[in-house]
Amino acid sequence: MNDILSILRDNWTLLLIGQYPNGPLGGLAITLILSAVGLALAFPVSVLLAVARVSPIWILRIPATVIVYVIRGVPLIMFIFWVYFFVPLLIGRTVSGFTTMLVTLVIYQAAYLAEVIRAGIEGLPKGQFEASRALGMSYMQTMAKIVLPQALYNMLPAMVSQFVSTIKETSLGYVISVNELTFAANQINTTLLTKPFPVFFILALIYFVLCFTLTRFARALEKRIAAKRAGASQVQVRSPSPSLTAEAA
Amino acid sequence: MNLKIDFSVLLRDDYPKWIIDGVVTMLQLTAYSWLLAMAIGIVLAVIRMSNNRWAEYAVAGYVEYHQNVPMLVQIFIWYFAVPTLFPEPVQQWFNAQRSDFLFAAIAVGLCMAAYVSEDLRSGIRAIPRAQMEAARALGLSYLKACRIVIIPQALRIAIPPLVNHTVLLFKNTSLAMAIGVAELTYATREIESQSFRTVEAYLLATTVYLGISLLIMACGAVLETKFRIKGR
Repeated sequence: MNDILSILRDNWTLLLIGQYPNGPLGGLAITLILSAVGLALAFPVSVLLAVARVSPIWILRIPATVIVYVIRGVPLIMFIFWVYFFVPLLIGRTVSGFTTMLVTLVIYQAAYLAEVIRAGIEGLPKGQFEASRALGMSYMQTMAKIVLPQALYNMLPAMVSQFVSTIKETSLGYVISVNELTFAANQINTTLLTKPFPVFFILALIYFVLCFTLTRFARALEKRIAAKRAGASQVQVRSPSPSLTAEAA
Repeated sequence: MNLKIDFSVLLRDDYPKWIIDGVVTMLQLTAYSWLLAMAIGIVLAVIRMSNNRWAEYAVAGYVEYHQNVPMLVQIFIWYFAVPTLFPEPVQQWFNAQRSDFLFAAIAVGLCMAAYVSEDLRSGIRAIPRAQMEAARALGLSYLKACRIVIIPQALRIAIPPLVNHTVLLFKNTSLAMAIGVAELTYATREIESQSFRTVEAYLLATTVYLGISLLIMACGAVLETKFRIKGR
């Protein structure tokens, strides 16, 4: 316990912000920036992929399906190495570990998020689509104005969960020496040499507190949205029916 | 940029041996950690159903820890931190074994057990309560009702998420390279750094991973149709 406190006291800035302001920003700050920016950039790509996945036009649907399956079938670490070697070749100059990791996360998360959004689109009652087509809206208008806004709203909790996955995935930046939280903890471990347990305990604890809070938030959000959906679609039911909540969980 | 792809370079030197050993190690790691995940996952799901509040909290804690801490960090904890808690002779014994492989299998297995237990739990919860009541009313004991009415249905419902998590487990074994387990990703990096044939080495590894993942998904789809509960 004393070890843990003294390690925290001596190294908390390294864990939080790395060597900043005397050096590059690192630690938890980079972990959070990577996950937030990564997911934000992956979002538009994933919407396009999801719409292509449910599209009636096979020339859009099949390539999108192949992309999603390929990305989901290969470990993240493989993509990190692909990006690590090929982005410099493609653009003709070296890129930082941060950029490599960011590009990887965008590719990887876009595929996963696309499946989340597709589930949201397919989870909407067919009548919504039919009604808006009957009102004379085009396919694209229906998608943009009726289907996507509802699907994305219902999928908010799943997107928070996706953020948790992204935070956990940034730890793989360690293998290409991105200056994130896991890397910082390993640095501390190498300097202290004899105290791996307290160091890794602290590392796990930071991730746990961060991700657990977000998971809880996602669950609370889920309950709220499920209740709202139950209230909107079933006038007679006073409490959300068990089948509805089970579906949302 | 040399984009002439020539897989024959992978047949030079010791590369074929490295690749085969890497694939074998990867499959062993997957098999051992899968068995561990299933065994512990079932135990956790049973404990959680036991209606003992403290046992439930303990399982919930287990699940939350393993789901909210990155896999890589869990592997580091098992490999770097846990052995230091043991006395010196035990540590030396660990070092004499393939401790990297052992701890990687434990870390991956225990982590995925959390996901497996959640899959089984939601499978059990999806069975309407009335089924249990009906089974009991027909004179079956609690255990017998579980065994012949509830569990067979719950397992069938749990097949799709279990297959997803099997793919996830398989992909996660690649992280063992971070502690020096010579599985496929590790072998690929070695070959790449010796031969500089980046494209060939990574294309091969990516294809192997993708092939096995798709195979697991296909087997899962077959199981799912085979064991579908009629009327669901």
